[in-house]
Amino acid sequence: MSPDHRPNGPRHRLLSVLVENKAGVLARVAGLFSRRGYNIYSLAVAPTDDERFSRISIVVDVESSPLEQVVAQLDKLINVVEIGELHPDEAREAELLLVSVSADAGQRSQVIQLVGVFGGRIVDVGHDAITVMVAGTPEAVDDFESLMRPYGIAGLQRTGRIALPKLDGGSSAAEVAVTATDIA
Amino acid sequence: MELTGAQALVKSLEMQEVEVVFGLPGGAILPVYDPIIDSPIRHILVRHEQGAGHMAEGYAQATGRPGVAMVTSGPGATNVVTPLANAYMDSTPFVCITGQVATSAIGTDAFQESDTTGITLGVTKHNWLVTDAADIPRIVREAFHVATTGRPGPVLIDFPKDVATDTMEWYWPDSVDLPGYHPPSHADPSAIQAAAALVLAAERPVIYAGGGILKSGASEALRELADLTGIPVVTTLMARGSFPDSHPLCLGMPGMHGNYTAVTAIQKADLLLALGSRFDDRVTGKVSAFAPKAKVVHVDIDKAEIGKVRRPEVGILADCRLAIEALVEVIRASGPVDHSRLAPWIATLHRWQAEYPCTYDRSEPGSAEVVTGGPGRRPTLKPQFVIETLRASTPPDTILVSGVGQHQMWASQYWSFEYPNTWINSGGLGTMGFAVPAAIGAKVGRPDRMVWAVDGDGCFQMTAQELATARAERVPVKIAILNNAYLGMVRQWQHMFYEERYSEVYLSPDLPDYVGWAEAMGCVGLRVESPEEVTPAIEKANDVDDRPVVIDFRTDSMEQVFPMVPAGASNDDIVVHPSQSAPVPGALQ
Repeated sequence: MSPDHRPNGPRHRLLSVLVENKAGVLARVAGLFSRRGYNIYSLAVAPTDDERFSRISIVVDVESSPLEQVVAQLDKLINVVEIGELHPDEAREAELLLVSVSADAGQRSQVIQLVGVFGGRIVDVGHDAITVMVAGTPEAVDDFESLMRPYGIAGLQRTGRIALPKLDGGSSAAEVAVTATDIA
Repeated sequence: MELTGAQALVKSLEMQEVEVVFGLPGGAILPVYDPIIDSPIRHILVRHEQGAGHMAEGYAQATGRPGVAMVTSGPGATNVVTPLANAYMDSTPFVCITGQVATSAIGTDAFQESDTTGITLGVTKHNWLVTDAADIPRIVREAFHVATTGRPGPVLIDFPKDVATDTMEWYWPDSVDLPGYHPPSHADPSAIQAAAALVLAAERPVIYAGGGILKSGASEALRELADLTGIPVVTTLMARGSFPDSHPLCLGMPGMHGNYTAVTAIQKADLLLALGSRFDDRVTGKVSAFAPKAKVVHVDIDKAEIGKVRRPEVGILADCRLAIEALVEVIRASGPVDHSRLAPWIATLHRWQAEYPCTYDRSEPGSAEVVTGGPGRRPTLKPQFVIETLRASTPPDTILVSGVGQHQMWASQYWSFEYPNTWINSGGLGTMGFAVPAAIGAKVGRPDRMVWAVDGDGCFQMTAQELATARAERVPVKIAILNNAYLGMVRQWQHMFYEERYSEVYLSPDLPDYVGWAEAMGCVGLRVESPEEVTPAIEKANDVDDRPVVIDFRTDSMEQVFPMVPAGASNDDIVVHPSQSAPVPGALQ
């Protein structure tokens, strides 16, 4: 992954979009992006604690269009209730990674050690590979992914970024906690 | 009171004070057509669903009320996609109801099934798939609200057959609950103050009035602003009629085929007051060279338009009428406005108007000099002459409708518009075939007005089956075909940019026989081949009030639209009529 393709590169901005939890809303959002030639880098969506609404976290590639135009067009969708941009230094961001790594008996302990460092978990063990889950900041997940690469990656899935604004008085300790928490 | 879904839908339309529905029944929408019989709503049975859509648009543009079309599923729905796209581009309030296969059959490739909400996602302001009969009144109320407020536009309600036959307990919601929809209304006072300061300081200001003036009913306010400040006004293709052409400050249409003064005024302006206009590429030409010296105040109700093309010095997110009224109030409060500051600018504009009016090689009745084809041939009939004569022979509040192409540009250039909502055309999408059905819709909405369509021969052939609708429904529209036997605008581009290599643009003046076509549809058909015949034919058409009239005007095939700014060029490179000396590039005042 080249530096500017990393989610925190200058081309990428994170939008947190509150939408009505109705059929077809994701298609409306995705359709708007393709119709107007905007690029989505990653997208994560799930209902909020209020079941009438869902939150979509979209990492937008702003090279093709200015963010303010993307936001203004998104805001015109009737089912879009609220849009906020989350700047990396004003947000708590997290991402989940599942990766199957080739690891024979000789390498397995090294991999398991790295999983431990990143606060991850082994979720599956095969004869010559293991599947690992790591949750953390997108940067931590990037780092973990690049550390796994030399062992040989058989399969990989990332969720895309999710984020919430930092709390008033929240400290960076919280970020450490995210990395370390076993979210399973 | 228990109603079927179909009854609830029709009753909901009645609650929205719908007076007419343009439509065509079919399998999936059949249940709704039964209660239509008992409803006071007038139904106009079209011959093709595209016709229903454009009629709804014409109705909406003529009346300011939302047009309603109703069609069946599958092909009925796909046939109405073009009108939806057209209404989306031109911000026309249009409620379209499509039948759908039963909810249990959705997704099974059932007969006449199409993913209508999916297909129309990108060409509607919003759409709804009704899945429960109990939702019908709420959704209809929401649909009309969304279509008619904020930046107006088309909406679609997809209506499955089983929902129509299910029952529900009737209610009517007293409000709309759309948590993500809050159309702007009043302008931010500080933005209005900033705009007023720019207005009072400008030396070469221009008001760039767009379709938003008409949508917001701001014609009166615009006139007040112009009179108060002495600022000249250009009216875009979508805004023709929003400011009277006869007003001394009216400069007419800017853009690719705008007149020299309107185009050049913008280029030389030091302030552009963009009111409900969207810096369309047909207005700006090359954006980087558009109005290079101008500061911009941009009023729009759609936030996404402000700064989309040109970043304004002052952006005002508001209803256009409310913003203009606020601006007038602030300027008025600042004391008497000194118009003399603008005198040199106005004098320059007048000089340009005198030097570069829209013009053509005239061949009026009796003028002998322009005769083509040798002895015995009649003088060539110029399309512009037909439009000028039509204007002179019809009431000032006549509604003029056009299709898309050369005839549309000539209509905009040579008609004199005096009243709002008297010009109906397809601006953004450029939909050939718009005129005949849109004229029918306009006449249904405004039976008190004379409605003329100026159409091209290419356009006419796309939707002229609706003349049968007009005859059957006794809608006496009048159609002037400017028959030049070509897809004229395409031919003009091939003439100018493809070394006169005419590819697939010849249509023949005689095929079809337009008079025969009109008569076959129960209309009056007339043919005009020379300038002398123009006025008598129009007068004859004006006297017919019980059926449509079609006049086949055989016009000069080689005529081109001038001025013209070539696509992608700067507006400074405007090409004027060959009879006029080319303007000196860069010359100012």
